[in-house]
Amino acid sequence: MSDIAGLKRTPLFDAHMQLGARMVDFAGWEMPIQYEGISAEHEAVRTSAGVFDVSHMGEVEFTGPGTLDYLQNLITNDVSSINDNQMLYTFMCYPDGGVVDDIIVYRRKDDSYMAIINASNIDKDIAWMREQAGPYDVDIKDRSDDLSLIALQGPNAHEILGELVDVDLNSISFFNFSEDVKCSGRPCMVSRSGYTGEDGFEICLSNDDAPFVWSKLIDAGADKGLKPCGLGARDTLRFEANLPLYGNELSASITPLEAGFGMFVKLDKGDFIGRDALVKQKEEGLTRKIVGFEMIENGIPRHGYDILSDGKVIGFVTTGYNSPTLKKNIGLAMVDVEHSALGSEIDVQIRRKILQAKVIKRRFYTKSYKK
Amino acid sequence: MEIKKGLYYTEENEWVRVEGNKAYIGITDYAQDALGDIVYIELPDVGDTLKAGDAFSVVESVKAASDVFLPVSGTVIEINEELEDSPELINEDPYGSWIIAVDLLDVTELDELMDAEAYEEFSSQEN
Repeated sequence: MSDIAGLKRTPLFDAHMQLGARMVDFAGWEMPIQYEGISAEHEAVRTSAGVFDVSHMGEVEFTGPGTLDYLQNLITNDVSSINDNQMLYTFMCYPDGGVVDDIIVYRRKDDSYMAIINASNIDKDIAWMREQAGPYDVDIKDRSDDLSLIALQGPNAHEILGELVDVDLNSISFFNFSEDVKCSGRPCMVSRSGYTGEDGFEICLSNDDAPFVWSKLIDAGADKGLKPCGLGARDTLRFEANLPLYGNELSASITPLEAGFGMFVKLDKGDFIGRDALVKQKEEGLTRKIVGFEMIENGIPRHGYDILSDGKVIGFVTTGYNSPTLKKNIGLAMVDVEHSALGSEIDVQIRRKILQAKVIKRRFYTKSYKK
Repeated sequence: MEIKKGLYYTEENEWVRVEGNKAYIGITDYAQDALGDIVYIELPDVGDTLKAGDAFSVVESVKAASDVFLPVSGTVIEINEELEDSPELINEDPYGSWIIAVDLLDVTELDELMDAEAYEEFSSQEN
């Protein structure tokens, strides 16, 4: 399993092997799906801490006097609402309102910006970003092959990282970052952010420094319940916290409004790609939307399963699990809007069986961010 | 990875324990380890008659659902209902946690299966 042909490896590949990771192909990368086990890793992040290699994700830098105007046209959220050293979660949409990708924009000094983008979308995103640059004075640089990204997540993340850095982490609040941090003496960009619903940090650094910093984090967390965590736990954690995954809750054929993330779409900020379609969709009203649901009959809903009502297909599961934290069979599903009210009874086709479920709030797990 | 003597094995990592005309069926230590934490199992009904190669059960880990295939044809005479409440028993004791027992239709089908030695060799090459 350690030699999957043609796949890219992060600088932490050897570290994963030493830790006994089980590796899988994820978007062309050979990545750890789990080490000890998804449930144990999931619980570690909820109760103490977990460290994830997310170096497969892409980084893009934007510089030049036209950058702000360029980004305002490119993305759905309002870039002018953030200050230096702040981050913004946003969508990049097609003209029809479908999502190219969900990304995080970082505002650095002097009108320069960075974005972190999904690994599975790097080539598509970069091409799209360059296509949209036409009239703007902006320079776009793909840094994905130069930079690594390590996520440290969980209630003990602050204490663990605090031992290694030369700054007071209290000075970095939620969705803020600092580029002037040394972690075990190595220069890092540290943000207070993540994809688990817990307090935590994402550490962006050079590929050369990544293995050293990773090993220091593992050592510093040894007596604080820290576990290395794979993509398996990353997905169960983000799902419980109602954080969307591109390819599941978001895609070229799902708009941010249908996905239920309209708060990251600022229709009144001025024109942007996809605005007309999204304004129209809002005015006409949604015909379908993503809801949370819980199984009434026993079965685990999975991505892609049909949702039915009276034997007719009315939607599909975007993500479903036996929730490790809640110990319940729950899911997110795109359903026709007439079946989307809380308490609505819906059915899920699980293999040959049609099993009852009901619509519940999407906030399965209350996030514990440190604001 | 434990491989128990005296059982029959398949390339899909199921085991068969034969007692007279009755065959108990489960999944191997390798299979449970590859699946990870098992959180759900779907069992057939007693009385179902199934052919060798039929998917008779589904075991689900946190991550995915996997079919379990019947190594030998037979009629289901017992199902291990304990697993419905505690599917993790398969992780803890894969050879003790039989999933179903069937009344064998054709004992010569057992000749098609591997013994422990052959499965050990298969595992070292394939798994």
